[in-house]
Amino acid sequence: MGKASLEVTRGAAACGCAARTAAGNAREASPQDMARVREIISRLRDRTAPLLPILQAIQKEMGWISEEAMVEVAEALGMHPSQVYGVTTFYTLFATGPKGKHVIRVCASAPCHVPGAGAVLEALKKALGVEVGETTPDGKFTLELTSCIGVCGVAPAIMIDDQVYGNLKPADIGAILARY
Amino acid sequence: MDLVNVTIDGQKLSVPKGFTILEAARLAGIDIPTLCHHPDQEVKAVCRVCVVEVEGSRTLQAACAYPVAEGMVVRTNTPLVRQTRRMVVELMLARHPADCPSCTRNLHCELQTLAERLGIREVRFGREEKGLPLDDSNPAIVRDPNRCILCRRCVEACHKVQGVGILYPVHRGADAIVAPAFEKPLAELPCVYCGQCINACPVGAIYEVDHTERVWKAIHDPSKHVLVQTAPATRVSLGEEMGLGVGAIVTGKMVAALRRLGFDRVFDTNFTADLTIMEEGHELIHRLTHGGVLPMLTSCSPGWIKFLEHYYPEFIPNVSTCKSPQQMFGAVAKTYYAEKMGWKPEDVYVVSIMPCTAKKFEAQRPEMDDSGVQDVDAVLTVRELGRMIREAGLDVTALPEEDYDDPLGRSTGAAAIFGATGGVMEAALRTAYEVVTGKPLPKLDFEEVRGLQGIKEATVAMDGTQVKVAVAHSLGHARRLLEAVKSGQAQYHFIEIMCCPGGCIGGGGQPVPTTNEARQRRIDAIYQVDRNLPLRKSHENPAIQELYREFLGQPLGEKSHHLLHTHYTARPRYRKA
Repeated sequence: MGKASLEVTRGAAACGCAARTAAGNAREASPQDMARVREIISRLRDRTAPLLPILQAIQKEMGWISEEAMVEVAEALGMHPSQVYGVTTFYTLFATGPKGKHVIRVCASAPCHVPGAGAVLEALKKALGVEVGETTPDGKFTLELTSCIGVCGVAPAIMIDDQVYGNLKPADIGAILARY
Repeated sequence: MDLVNVTIDGQKLSVPKGFTILEAARLAGIDIPTLCHHPDQEVKAVCRVCVVEVEGSRTLQAACAYPVAEGMVVRTNTPLVRQTRRMVVELMLARHPADCPSCTRNLHCELQTLAERLGIREVRFGREEKGLPLDDSNPAIVRDPNRCILCRRCVEACHKVQGVGILYPVHRGADAIVAPAFEKPLAELPCVYCGQCINACPVGAIYEVDHTERVWKAIHDPSKHVLVQTAPATRVSLGEEMGLGVGAIVTGKMVAALRRLGFDRVFDTNFTADLTIMEEGHELIHRLTHGGVLPMLTSCSPGWIKFLEHYYPEFIPNVSTCKSPQQMFGAVAKTYYAEKMGWKPEDVYVVSIMPCTAKKFEAQRPEMDDSGVQDVDAVLTVRELGRMIREAGLDVTALPEEDYDDPLGRSTGAAAIFGATGGVMEAALRTAYEVVTGKPLPKLDFEEVRGLQGIKEATVAMDGTQVKVAVAHSLGHARRLLEAVKSGQAQYHFIEIMCCPGGCIGGGGQPVPTTNEARQRRIDAIYQVDRNLPLRKSHENPAIQELYREFLGQPLGEKSHHLLHTHYTARPRYRKA
């Protein structure tokens, strides 16, 4: 016992979904949002295999990928919207709806499960008062599960936005959340 | 042909290079079980039912995808192979509803057949229902994602064949499902309801909206005069549904069966197919001689019409204003025939037997009420008619061949061929040529527009005018043809478009399986029907001549305009900001 919870430093993850809060957000994109989407598309569309870079940029800059954005991307790339939606929902780091200011992802893979990810998750649910997939009423946190985040050496681990926390015990949760 | 030598279950054989193990084994008389495999589609190798042992290979291999190589030794029937196949199917069954008797595909289900073939008597895994909602949002097609086994055959039909791309795999892992964009109901999306996904589905995850109950109810309602019409393509496909073999011609038996089911009159959509030719042929001549919008496009196929409205609204002025034969029948039956019989239109109930699911949508379009009430009340696919015939206990093999009732049951060979790609074009040319030139056609058969080639072209000389025509079937080919017209790359006077591959004989309401082989045999049968009829030109149909004399006046006349012609509406595609 006694190993302090570890703040793991590493490069930015594919997503930086922190730009928007859920509170008061309709699930529709505004004309301003769409202008940004079109700007992102025109910036990246000439890449080889441009779909993922475009979706990543929309996710990073806007916090989530709206239905209208997916239709716009599909038209620009000569794809069907069903295909863009299929790709978007395949990756857990893409969001199809607005999320809290900070997204907490609890690793649900086996190496985290064994040393107690379940108890950590329960502590998070209790502290936040939400279930998995939900956002706190103040729009601050969204709680999600993720598959392996690649830090099995410090299991159990969670990510809050781009920041990884490892070697967690339920008792660590309060102090971590207090940082946000 | 290059051959390679392989050994399959101890049998040595030479097979063409490039064959898969699955194909090679079939040459050796071994039918390796499959599920995601479809004879007309690309290899998917996602279901893993066809696994075999390949000597020297660390793991089992999917026979549908693995190419043979010189000296390869394959074992298809070892304890490991049998155990693995069972496990794979048991895992599918564990996430599949166990209520086979209430499924539309009961006894026609590839998963059920496979489970039986592999001797699966119990599923060792806990059942895990998906609990997903049914999509019954629209008048034509129901999706039950709980029954879906993720084979992706519907996805290929929707994307590659039809090019509308509505269905696609979404989410991942255990949450993966095949669903429309944004998991919206089909009614909110530019789905054309062609039903090609139904024909591709190995299980009961997609099926037609059932009309059999409302038809039984009407039949047993003494206040209703229940009239039935049978589409051209149904007479060469109902036989498959009744176990009479692919391409069997069952016109007379179908009439006898319908009479025994209790319909008051058994009429023929072929009658109004002849009527369509009269109207559409004259419309073409009028457009050609009065500077009308060209090329003129056909309007019989409701899947194509919905595709037009969503994806090519700029071509709406090109599309013939003629209603489809199904809708012309409803309008004529509830006016001309009802008046003849002294019936009120509201007491007449019109049922269509169709090779099509989009016809269910067409029948309920709000503008299809020119008789004063909805012109067509119920639409049964060939599969639904098969169910009613089985429920009634009719032995089709023992039924006599009977004739349609007069006068809406009289038709020509030109009407019969509506059921095959190129048929409407050929029928229209047979009539237009004789109307324009006043001379009999030297040769009735326009071979150039027949067959399964995607886009077909022909040029016909009519009194010095070279009339250029084209034919496309399946929406993928239709899109290619329309793009060529749009860019000015191709110029035509008249284009036939059918939504489904092969035309209506390959429709989404036809017996399952509808493969390309079945399509070809149904096409052969339909031209046989044409050859066997004494009259083969629509304008020679005496019942049609009488209809014009007694009721309509002339083609494109006032009454025709009111009852037989329609208009189209641009429809949205996807929500835009």
